[in-house]
Amino acid sequence: MSDTEKIDIEYVAKLARIALSEEEKAKFSEQLGSILGYIEKLEELNTEGVEPTAHPHPMENVWQEDVVSSELSVEAALQNAPKQRQNMVVVPKVVE
Amino acid sequence: MSEELYYKSASELSGLLEKGEVSSLELTRSIIGRTKAVEDRVAAFNSYDEADALAQAEASDQRRSTGNISGPLDGIPVGIKDILAVKDQPLTCSSKMLENFISPYDATCIQKLKQSGAVLWGRLNMDEFAMGSSTENSATHPTSNPWNLNCVPGGSSGGSAAAVAAGEAVLTLGSDTGGSIRQPASHCGVVGLKPTYGRVSRFGLAAFASSLDQVGPMARSVEDASLLLQAISGHDLRDSTSFRKEVPDFSKSLESLKGKKWKLGLPKEYFEKASDSAAMEPVQKAIDFYRELGCEIKEVSLPHTEYAVATYYIIATAEASSNLARYDGIRYTHRAANFDPKDSVDVYNQSRAEGFGEEVKRRIILGTYVLSSGYYDAYYLKAQKARTLIRQDFEKAYEEVDALLTPTSPFPAFEKGAKMEDPLSMYLSDIYTISANLAGIPGLSLPCGYSNGMPVGLQILGKPFQEDEMLAIGQAFESAHDFKNQHPEL
Repeated sequence: MSDTEKIDIEYVAKLARIALSEEEKAKFSEQLGSILGYIEKLEELNTEGVEPTAHPHPMENVWQEDVVSSELSVEAALQNAPKQRQNMVVVPKVVE
Repeated sequence: MSEELYYKSASELSGLLEKGEVSSLELTRSIIGRTKAVEDRVAAFNSYDEADALAQAEASDQRRSTGNISGPLDGIPVGIKDILAVKDQPLTCSSKMLENFISPYDATCIQKLKQSGAVLWGRLNMDEFAMGSSTENSATHPTSNPWNLNCVPGGSSGGSAAAVAAGEAVLTLGSDTGGSIRQPASHCGVVGLKPTYGRVSRFGLAAFASSLDQVGPMARSVEDASLLLQAISGHDLRDSTSFRKEVPDFSKSLESLKGKKWKLGLPKEYFEKASDSAAMEPVQKAIDFYRELGCEIKEVSLPHTEYAVATYYIIATAEASSNLARYDGIRYTHRAANFDPKDSVDVYNQSRAEGFGEEVKRRIILGTYVLSSGYYDAYYLKAQKARTLIRQDFEKAYEEVDALLTPTSPFPAFEKGAKMEDPLSMYLSDIYTISANLAGIPGLSLPCGYSNGMPVGLQILGKPFQEDEMLAIGQAFESAHDFKNQHPEL
């Protein structure tokens, strides 16, 4: 990390699966550059020997009985699909 | 003092309903009428279903006539942020991505609210996927602050705050990932509470940042907020991060804690920079009030405060980039009509390009970047460690005091458009609220005065799972002032 490093917007947009317009690419590169510049403040913080926090309260593993309790009917589960047929989500063809 | 039905408190209305002096149908009609009268200016709702609300009200009156009421909220209209699943109602998250989505099930907090007999009322506007501090990032429309229509209501639960302030609902539900309940509550002159992480189930809350998100109540009084919190709290098998901990009877706690002299801490890092801000005067007066009440006021230190915004925007965007990956245009969201069929992932690229608004894209890109190969340790892991230090700051402070007093926001509501082109300055407006989400502690904002005619909020930060103490501290101030009876002129 350094102040001069810029985000590789093409690469990150590809990872994020978002097609960005040329204007968005230019705008986000600049804005994210300044946000990253601010975030780099964390570098000065000494975190040696500090455990990372993923969850704010200490929790043990949570167990419960493995019981099938399907609450949604097939119709309800599919009602929001952009395309569907015979209880299936229809997706674009990806292989010839 | 306003006598209109729609501005009465839930606790008073509960009594009126019980005595038969008003019916839920009358009350619901009053709320609907008020909504129709002011919505052209406030624009708090994405949608509402009048017939559905009236049917719920009739059912409540029916229960009452047979002596089967479900509790103090039975028959009371509660507005719902458009991020919580209500069966057979739209759930848009104010995003084009979900513009046609209809919930196939109820969120757990909604199920509980239905069990309490409340009348679920409308879908309230928000920043898209709860990302923002002004409700300007809504794909539908901006909401106005009822106290000044040129100003933002705050965000992301701006619709929930504005609706309560304008009398368009008696109570509302919001969600808070970095201040999204407390900051709009402060901007609109209402009470907003973010519960302890794990107090309220997140099942059925569209996820933004799962280790930070909490659902919470917005109301015109502390007592009303406690009634709604009571209704939605508790462990849920469908959210493994919800806590197996008994929920206190908040009303009883409020009674028993009356008159207590608390030890209250002022985090010096919060006040150092804010001393000249216009929003500080009412907050200082509130602190003086507690001192005169006999509370011990003590300066405390949260030394890692200056790292909170950076930590938050790494963790929140990382979690968001992962959570929002589900909106892929395949199963239940907007699917682009035009994409390159030879490229197997282009349908995702195009659907997400069309479905997401600018701020959501910006945060997904940032979150993807901080999680990407080669940067994970430097950003995400580093932020998780900083989060530990921030959490420990609060643990240390709570060894000395019962709760902390701070401003909710560094400034009152700003004008629409003022911060839209400068995301970093928008992010910095969350400076006093985000640490509570990182630490998982509860926070309450309540009106404590005005700055140039705009409401200012006092934030009370409590110990984990001690919402009752925090509410009682708030009520001590509220009952000695008249703010809860002051409403904007519309």
